[in-house]
Amino acid sequence: MIQLKNIKKSFNGKIVLDDISASFYPGKANFVIGASGSGKSVMMKCMVGLIDVDQGEIFYGQDDFVNKSYEERKLIRKEIGMLFQGTALFDSLSVEDNIAFPLRMFTQMTAEEVLERVNFCLKRVDLANVNKLYPSNLSGGMKKRVGIARAIALNPKYLFCDEPNSGLDPLTSRLIDKLIKEITIEYNITTVINTHDMKSLFDMGDNIIYIYQGKKEWEGEKSLIRSSGNNRLLEFMKASEF
Amino acid sequence: MKFFEHFGNYTLFLLGLFKRPERFKVFAKQTLLEMSSIGVGSFGIVSLISVFTGAVSTIQIGVQLVSGLVPDYMLGTFVRDSNIYEFSPTITCLVLAGKVGSSIASEMGTMKVTEQIDALEIMGINSANYLVLPKILAGVLTIPLLVVYAMVLSIIGGAISGVMGDIISVDAYVRGLRTDFVPFSVWFALIKSTTFAFLITSISAYHGYRTEGGALEVGRSSTMAVVYSAVAVIIFDYILSDILLGA
Repeated sequence: MIQLKNIKKSFNGKIVLDDISASFYPGKANFVIGASGSGKSVMMKCMVGLIDVDQGEIFYGQDDFVNKSYEERKLIRKEIGMLFQGTALFDSLSVEDNIAFPLRMFTQMTAEEVLERVNFCLKRVDLANVNKLYPSNLSGGMKKRVGIARAIALNPKYLFCDEPNSGLDPLTSRLIDKLIKEITIEYNITTVINTHDMKSLFDMGDNIIYIYQGKKEWEGEKSLIRSSGNNRLLEFMKASEF
Repeated sequence: MKFFEHFGNYTLFLLGLFKRPERFKVFAKQTLLEMSSIGVGSFGIVSLISVFTGAVSTIQIGVQLVSGLVPDYMLGTFVRDSNIYEFSPTITCLVLAGKVGSSIASEMGTMKVTEQIDALEIMGINSANYLVLPKILAGVLTIPLLVVYAMVLSIIGGAISGVMGDIISVDAYVRGLRTDFVPFSVWFALIKSTTFAFLITSISAYHGYRTEGGALEVGRSSTMAVVYSAVAVIIFDYILSDILLGA
């Protein structure tokens, strides 16, 4: 479980995250929704430590991530997988090497064991015969799948997905959603998903957090979203034709 | 003020680099790959420039020795010294500042804007240490070797142009090469080229690593890397010459 407690972040005096507290649960698809520029991506970057918060606490289980040293944070980071909006696959490495990368860096696995794990992860994301291809040879959907395969290679406890459907056709988007949901349940991962794709939210969302101009406007289960009484949230949904 | 800001950030960047690598085997492999990219990849351009630098220096010095007051074999001595002391280390490194510097900066910049560096950080890897340290080490190991290679080729180039242009005979040129040779001149060139290699790789990596934005900014970082590396090479050329050769 991940817990945010009163986190604040500003850039050059402009408040981007304003006193946000929220909880993200294991085995659930925890959605963070909001308009572009609302602070979703900054919040995710704060959660994984790419940006330091100005104030507040971030707990991974019982560990306070914010007040840990760089070396101590590394231990938590090894339990984190992340699927980036642009996939962030390493251009110079083949698909196989991309997925093997964290395994070679952080485990004592033999070359055969690494290859076995890589093939398992690729099979899990329904990809075959792509080991030797490079990211530039892959379609957008395939890149996302490889990104997921790399993210789950080390059996993470926490999975962060930043706009997992951006740039994908509707059919591929649903496949990626399905995959993320299955993995979340199968490995009891605390999955955090940033999106403004409402179809995705209604298909696979469990716990929803709505952010408006850096403030948490609403948090609750998917089933309660229509009766939330929050006009901004309802308007946001309406604009998305839901 | 901007200079001091950059200098401070550059110093902090360097301090963050020199940490124990996560996996030595991976680090060694990365360093070898970079050595191949920087060293082998620059062989052609260094060869071309060195031969022509030597050839041109023979012609130009030959033109100035027509008075007859200086023995003609001294042409070999002058070509040797000008190439070992200055042309081979400085011109080679200025060219490498363009080739290697822009390559490092654009590679790092692209990795930054496409979030590949963020991906490394999230995995718990010190991205600067993992990406930049092998480049610096590879540069420091291979660029001085390239400079030694450039010295040899420039002297050969000088001989070829001297003979082809009927400026000097091979025997006289070789006699000049063997006259008053100071072994320290080679050490001086190696010290300079090692320093230049560190400056080129680290400054270029610094500019690439700090890239924010998109393709336009990657191009800008690449240009900045080349300009600052070249300026640093020239300034340190003066400083090292003054320290090591000054009275």
